Amino acid sequence: MNLAEGVQIVSFGILAAAVLISALGVVLLKNVVYSAFLLGGCFISMAGLYFLLNADFVAAAQVLVYVGAINVLILFAIMLVNKQEEYAVVKGAGVRQVATALVCLGLFALLGTMVVSTPWAISSVTPAGDGSIVTIGIHFFTDFLLPFELVSVLLLIALVGAIVLARREFVPENLSPSGEDEALMLPERPREMVSSRDDK
Amino acid sequence: MQLQYFLLIAAALFCIGVFGLVTSRNAVRVLMSIELMLNAVNLNLMAFSNYVDPKEIKGQVFSTFIIAIAAAEAAVGLAIVLAIYRNRDTVDMEQFNLLKW
Repeated sequence: MNLAEGVQIVSFGILAAAVLISALGVVLLKNVVYSAFLLGGCFISMAGLYFLLNADFVAAAQVLVYVGAINVLILFAIMLVNKQEEYAVVKGAGVRQVATALVCLGLFALLGTMVVSTPWAISSVTPAGDGSIVTIGIHFFTDFLLPFELVSVLLLIALVGAIVLARREFVPENLSPSGEDEALMLPERPREMVSSRDDK
Repeated sequence: MQLQYFLLIAAALFCIGVFGLVTSRNAVRVLMSIELMLNAVNLNLMAFSNYVDPKEIKGQVFSTFIIAIAAAEAAVGLAIVLAIYRNRDTVDMEQFNLLKW
């Protein structure tokens, strides 16, 4: 085994451990802000795994879109709905968690058995390592053209829908000064407005 | 043997996502678990693309579409969570039980 294969195996081990440990932290930690940051760590480790799979463009897209956009959006949402409340105790929550863990372990055992016992048809063609973005570009404009255009329309629809869902329905009922202040306050975080005039 | 390692990592990540999806009480954590499951599927597709189809890499094209769709779904899902929080003042999944019979 030469140095390149050794580096590959070691980095695969480190990245796989990082992915699994941060994923476990996402679902098991009590503090949801810690979970959101560990989710970002999971996404970055996934990008590292994509680099090991000769996919430089998709790794860069993963960091840009998942970490840069989706994770930041999740953090904004956590900041807006961060109400410090103790959840009401539900009967049988522990039993529910144990049963779900058993079902997930069973599912993993099923998938793992299928993975190691199927004779996969591994191809021995040289991979399109650095030319991957050229090949992806050719695919986007020849045989995957319709999904490409539809995805852009879908993104537009989704963003318009998200804006319509998340906007505030503000109807001015009275024109008193306190009513004008209502427009500048977020309904989720009510707080005192800082006066910008000198109170002399 | 390398392909099986990636597929096992993807399967484990998917099962962790299913566990988080079913047992989370915070609605934002449910959305984070859905993103974990989408990433597991992406890793599966990329592993197959590298080992079974290394020249045409159609799996990477599919993964790019999945990344875009995950972004759209995260935006709409979080807008829904925000709207629910404004109306119900909570993000506890146990309280959203109007559809229970």
